[in-house]
Amino acid sequence: MLEIRNLRAAVDGKEILRGLDLTVGCGEVHVILGPNGGGKSTLMNVLMGHPKYEVVGGTITFEGEDLLGLKTFERARRGLFLSFQTPEEIPGITVENMIRTSMQAMSGGKVKYLEFRKQLRAMMTELKMDPSYARRYMNVGFSGGEKKRSEILQLLMLNPKLALLDETDSGLDVDAVQIVSSGVAKFHNENNSCVIITHNAQILKYLTVDAAHVLIDGRIVKDGGSELVEQISEEGYGAFAEAVDG
Amino acid sequence: MAKKTYVEDIERTLYDIKDEDRSVYKSHAGLTEEIIRDISARKNDPPWMLEFRLKSLEVYHSLSLPTWGPDISALDMDRIVTYVKPDAPMVGSWDELPDDIKNTFDRLGIPEAEKKSLAGVGAQYDSEVVYHNVQQSLVDDGVVYTDMESALRDYEDIVREYFMTLVPPKDHKFAALHGAVWSGGSFVYVPRGVQVKIPLQSYFRLNAAGAGQFEHTLIIVEPGASLHFIEGCSAPKYNVTNLHAGCVELFVKDGARLRYSTIENWSRNMMNLNTKRALVERGGLIEWVSGSFGSRVSMLYPCSVLHGEGARCEFTGVTFASRGQSLDTGASVIHAAPNTSANINTRTISKSGGAATYRSAVKVTKKASNAKCSVNCESLMLDDESRSDTLPVMDIERGDADIGHEAKIGRISEEAIFYLTARGIDENEARAMIVRGFVEPIAKELPLEYAVEMNNLINLELEGSM
Ligand SMILES: Nc1ncnc2c1ncn2[C@@H]1O[C@H](COP(=O)(O)OP(=O)(O)OP(=O)(O)O)[C@@H](O)[C@H]1O
Ligand SMILES: [Mg+2]
Repeated sequence: MLEIRNLRAAVDGKEILRGLDLTVGCGEVHVILGPNGGGKSTLMNVLMGHPKYEVVGGTITFEGEDLLGLKTFERARRGLFLSFQTPEEIPGITVENMIRTSMQAMSGGKVKYLEFRKQLRAMMTELKMDPSYARRYMNVGFSGGEKKRSEILQLLMLNPKLALLDETDSGLDVDAVQIVSSGVAKFHNENNSCVIITHNAQILKYLTVDAAHVLIDGRIVKDGGSELVEQISEEGYGAFAEAVDG
Repeated sequence: MAKKTYVEDIERTLYDIKDEDRSVYKSHAGLTEEIIRDISARKNDPPWMLEFRLKSLEVYHSLSLPTWGPDISALDMDRIVTYVKPDAPMVGSWDELPDDIKNTFDRLGIPEAEKKSLAGVGAQYDSEVVYHNVQQSLVDDGVVYTDMESALRDYEDIVREYFMTLVPPKDHKFAALHGAVWSGGSFVYVPRGVQVKIPLQSYFRLNAAGAGQFEHTLIIVEPGASLHFIEGCSAPKYNVTNLHAGCVELFVKDGARLRYSTIENWSRNMMNLNTKRALVERGGLIEWVSGSFGSRVSMLYPCSVLHGEGARCEFTGVTFASRGQSLDTGASVIHAAPNTSANINTRTISKSGGAATYRSAVKVTKKASNAKCSVNCESLMLDDESRSDTLPVMDIERGDADIGHEAKIGRISEEAIFYLTARGIDENEARAMIVRGFVEPIAKELPLEYAVEMNNLINLELEGSM
């Protein structure tokens, strides 16, 4: 589904991703681990085509198509979805307006309001979001946890092919982690894939992890299975950091 | 004379041609008593109105142009007569309208017949349309809604009592000009205690031939009564002459409520120098909802005089300035009685080199104990060439006044654009959504169909440039 080859990307002239490889198959769940500042969010932004990040080398293909030639909205329409580490506040645009506009943009057709409302309400109930939030401006005045829930609400409503989740489980209370994790589990099936960035692995509770990768200093320095997640939560990144330095 | 109109770009050549022809105009130069008498006679004014016009003319000659605000030097006051001659050429036919104006009509989805009347072409205009819109039940309650000429004929006493008492001709040069040459406009009278439940709309009338330039609106809402009046026109009001100096006078009596909504969209050659004022008595409420689009220059600062104890004012405004435009808009409030309060909330947008200035004046007189006023103005600049200024003036004569002022000037956040495009929304639509979101607090004050029109206008303004 997703193939990244020797990806190098820079921001403000500084190279952050320095030859990164990653392959994600259809139906798979991949976890990316790594210390702060390693380039995880940068990778997500580059995958979505953030204009600030300049790709200086390598390739990215999604379902066989070269992603690098596509604009952000085109990538989204191909089925990429990013749950942001820090979601933007968008004054004046309500949650329901934004999600419905996205759905219409993706499908290229009208999304009937009443059916949409019904579906949205159902999803919000599932995520234990107050339905009145549908009429609030997107993320404006939302708490950290509410913002993450609103990202998962969008994930469920838009139903993309590839979900990129950047620390969706950070800053959440115990109950919220539970809700968000089961939301992701509800989304996932054999026809879509997840790339999950996490520092605490709580979000993985209801998922079967197919592969884990350690990203340090703009490179994947270690690939493994779910055992890698446990190993790091116990031992930290020390061993890998040395590998990089050496 | 050159037929070309200068709707988007300001075409110097046009002025140059006029300059060469100056001798032709010379004989008509200046506004004379004769011209005023002629206007008055054509309109069958009662003698006192002729007197009023002539006095206004004197005042007009005694005043000079404002020395502040946007540049209006393109108005040649020596040839003011070419702007005010009652038979100044309107567009003769639909086909003579500039293409961009025709396109706007098309894009707004306005039907063919309406388009022609909206454009002020004239033949299609039918005043019956408006009168039929006044419900019989309102007529039975004594509500009057008619045009100013008819009002002057049928309700002469009322007109005489109020006409230009709130905006006296000596107020400024264009008020004086208005007093001398006014023509057309709306008259509304709501008797004591009558609640007009559905908004009265002047959608059509405003666009009647010759009525869009110096029109006078006079609304009187008697004690305890209420009214929502909408002056709306989403399509450009096109007039080959390029000065608009209308006047709106609103009288809100004890405990009465008036909501006055306008969405103005002028053709890009227009100097829009409009004066709007409300006098609010004890416990009364004036609500302004004001959308300013189009024009080359606008100077518009609706003023609320909170004259009775506990009188209130709510002002909500949006201004959109694009290439070649300088829109100087805002609001003014005079707290002249105890416990009066005002809330001013505006949004201005500038793009492609347009200049938008927000200008407010808040005055609290010695009599106005416990006055409360909160001003919130936000500006959005869509690019680096555009300009946005905020000029609040406060004149507070009391220590117990509670005055708040908040101003923000910003740009569209690239991160917000990225967020929306990451959800599959293309860049132009993302920008448009953000701009619409920016004016949402204003849009939600409008009746749905006008909110939709305002959104359409914003989309038209944004198109092609981003
Ligand atoms: N827009 C930007 N401008 C300047 N520097 C940036 C920008 N984005 C990322 N960087 C730098 O790139 C490096 C990687 O940042 P990134 O956000 O990708 O890290 P991360 O792995 O997501 O870290 P965390 O776990 O803290 O979220 C950091 O040194 C960061 O300062
Ligand atoms: Mg990060």
